[in-house]
Amino acid sequence: MTVHFKQETFRDDYTYSNSPEAIRRFPFPFDKDEYMYSVNIEQHMPGPAKSPFEFPIDIDEHYVSEMRDRAITLAQDPKRCQSLPHMITAEWDLVELLMESMAKHYPELFTLTQDGDRWRWINRPLDIDQTFTFGDASTLPYPPMEYITRQCQGDFALLDQRLDNLWMDAGMITSQADWSLDFDIGMNFLEWHAPVPLAKDMAIFERALKFLLNLQQGRPVRRLNWTMTINPRLDTSPENYDKWGADRATVTPENVGRKVHLRVELQAMWRLPRSNAIVFSIRGYLINMDELVTVPKWARRFHRVLRELRPELAEYKGLTRYRQTTIDWLAKHDDGAPTSPGFQPD
Amino acid sequence: MSGGVEIAVVVAEIEQAARNVKRFRFAAKDGGSLPHFAAGSHVVVLMRDGERTIRNAYSLIDRAEDGSSYRIGVLRTPNSRGGSKFMHERVSVGDELRITMPVNLFPLFHPGRKHLLIAGGIGVTPIYAMADELQRRGALYEIHYAVRDEAHGAFIDEMRARHGDRLKLYRRDLEEILAVDQILPGQPLGTHLYVCGPEGMIEAVLEGGLEAGWPKEHLHAERFQTPPTGEPFALRLAKAGLTCEVRGDQSMLEALEEAGFDPPSLCRGGACGQCAVDVLEADGELIHNDHYLSAAERASGEKIMLCVSRLKGRELVLDL
Ligand SMILES: Cc1cc2nc3c(=O)[nH]c(=O)nc-3n(C[C@H](O)[C@H](O)[C@H](O)COP(=O)(O)OP(=O)(O)OC[C@H]3O[C@@H](n4cnc5c(N)ncnc54)[C@H](O)[C@@H]3O)c2cc1C
Ligand code: HEM
Ligand code: FES
Repeated sequence: MTVHFKQETFRDDYTYSNSPEAIRRFPFPFDKDEYMYSVNIEQHMPGPAKSPFEFPIDIDEHYVSEMRDRAITLAQDPKRCQSLPHMITAEWDLVELLMESMAKHYPELFTLTQDGDRWRWINRPLDIDQTFTFGDASTLPYPPMEYITRQCQGDFALLDQRLDNLWMDAGMITSQADWSLDFDIGMNFLEWHAPVPLAKDMAIFERALKFLLNLQQGRPVRRLNWTMTINPRLDTSPENYDKWGADRATVTPENVGRKVHLRVELQAMWRLPRSNAIVFSIRGYLINMDELVTVPKWARRFHRVLRELRPELAEYKGLTRYRQTTIDWLAKHDDGAPTSPGFQPD
Repeated sequence: MSGGVEIAVVVAEIEQAARNVKRFRFAAKDGGSLPHFAAGSHVVVLMRDGERTIRNAYSLIDRAEDGSSYRIGVLRTPNSRGGSKFMHERVSVGDELRITMPVNLFPLFHPGRKHLLIAGGIGVTPIYAMADELQRRGALYEIHYAVRDEAHGAFIDEMRARHGDRLKLYRRDLEEILAVDQILPGQPLGTHLYVCGPEGMIEAVLEGGLEAGWPKEHLHAERFQTPPTGEPFALRLAKAGLTCEVRGDQSMLEALEEAGFDPPSLCRGGACGQCAVDVLEADGELIHNDHYLSAAERASGEKIMLCVSRLKGRELVLDL
């Protein structure tokens, strides 16, 4: 498989866009015309060829540019990557998981050679060739989690399991939908989810937590989550709210198609072997409204989902300022025809 | 299968480690390496005994440096209905068994300042792995290990060699008593305690900890619980429309599996919560033997754990 890596930006002049292939493989998250929270967890099994679910770790045309954007964010704010001292074993587990998966599924891009603890990692797109000793952090230029997540698309949180709870004790979070690792670090599953509306009353988090506490090695799971972002910006963090918050007021009927993006997070969870920790990957996909409506079913459906969305959810996701403008724009692409069940384009 | 991914293993070595304890070394059948695991993990060993499959949980002692094998230790239980007896009498070197992926219900509390490991008898198996891991991480720890007599030699010699005087031994034949009120005083704030052994010992240690004012979040235990026996009763699955009999020497989980039904389960010892089901009707008294449901959940009579709990009465109807 060959991937052509686009040169694009996620800030300032925002040159990010999707190729027609990227639009076709977009993980559209709505399987019906309405949306509400649920314990939407399924096995992270290999999906259809070319889809984002084909491999456990998905590398796409935005890889090189996303990694560059992550480096810029980290240079400005090193606290986006943090790890408590007891998480070092989990960090190495993550190195193993990501390197093995990337090398196995993208052999033209990545090569991993393991000779006992002596490992050699070749990353062709980023021009890296690193020999190191697995388990010895002094043989890598960055701590292990930071090293590998500077080379893998998506944000990552490492959760320690103790006292029948999960604790966010490490992470690389540079493209988050308005939450902060620096604020959440050391918190448990119920604490960091506290700001989410309605879900508590539906006992969603207790059920999800019980499920995750029993997550087994070799049986990863995934779920989809979504929000919206103005401009194709990865770093929509509370830390930099001043740089992007005001963009929400800039949406007009003329620029909806270009500016308003649906942001989908493919979240996968693995039990890690040596540490018994869980890794939570948040792999984000952005698509603007012009691109989205090239798939008629998605245009109809997203119009309806957005129109019917509970106000609490719209408020929490930060859509209130531009929701109506977007619904009006999408209405032109919804002829009222029925939509077929499932995520796929018709 | 509901227990998750299974691994085919070959018995590479069997050793009489103590009077009633055999240690088994399992190698991956395909010659590859076995998954890493975190200390405190166990696997479920599946034993084919004629028509039936016995499934017992056994803690992992260690994984060979090169990943080629695991070790477990099995105590021969008096009046065994099968599992430990099978392991002791019927398994020989070269035999093939299946195990599940490691599962950890007894994890170390890594941010702890110091770790007190307390083992009695066969309870040494997870403690052995924990001590190794703490040593690897350079953490502070002590091991307190109570045995009947020196016939527990194999574990003692290895742990002595690895952990030196961090291991304190208590031999009952020499009237050395492991008393929790002598271990706890003077431990630094933020110390965590882990205990595994006979039920009576676990209770005494946990109670001693609470009495000494330790927060219960700092006290961790694993019980090698086996499904207790009882009277037979009828089991009806409302959704599946299935009725079966649970014999006195069988758990509900075993009876359902025998009937070709495959409910979710993991530890089979009342600890993980995976096998919880909703009770629709109970003609009799629910006997809860798990360590998972809260007192309130038990009192409500709405849930029961298939792997270890039972009915004292005629018929139980479940939402399955
Ligand atoms: C997480 C976990 C980890 C474990 N780790 C280990 C380990 O490392 N090593 C280890 O040896 N074990 C371990 N165990 C226990 C192990 O899984 C088995 O339960 C144990 O080996 C006994 O199995 P069995 O099939 O021989 O006994 P069972 O047949 O299940 O019998 C258990 C008990 O029931 C009683 N009993 C049986 N039949 C009758 C009857 N008809 N009437 C009256 N009483 C009866 C006996 O007194 C016996 O003690 C662990 C258990 C758990 C849950
Ligand atoms: C263990 C891994 C997980 C991590 C690290 C995680 C983390 C987070 C974080 C940081 C937020 C943002 C909260 C905020 O506003 O500050 C969030 C939101 C949310 N999480 Fe999780 N989560 C995890 C697993 C799950 C699971 C398994 C579910 C399943 C139901 C879930 C459901 C949700 C929902 C519904 C929201 C609100 C999202 C929205 O409306 O945009 N989470 N999560
Ligand atoms: S299987 Fe673990 S509690 Fe029943």
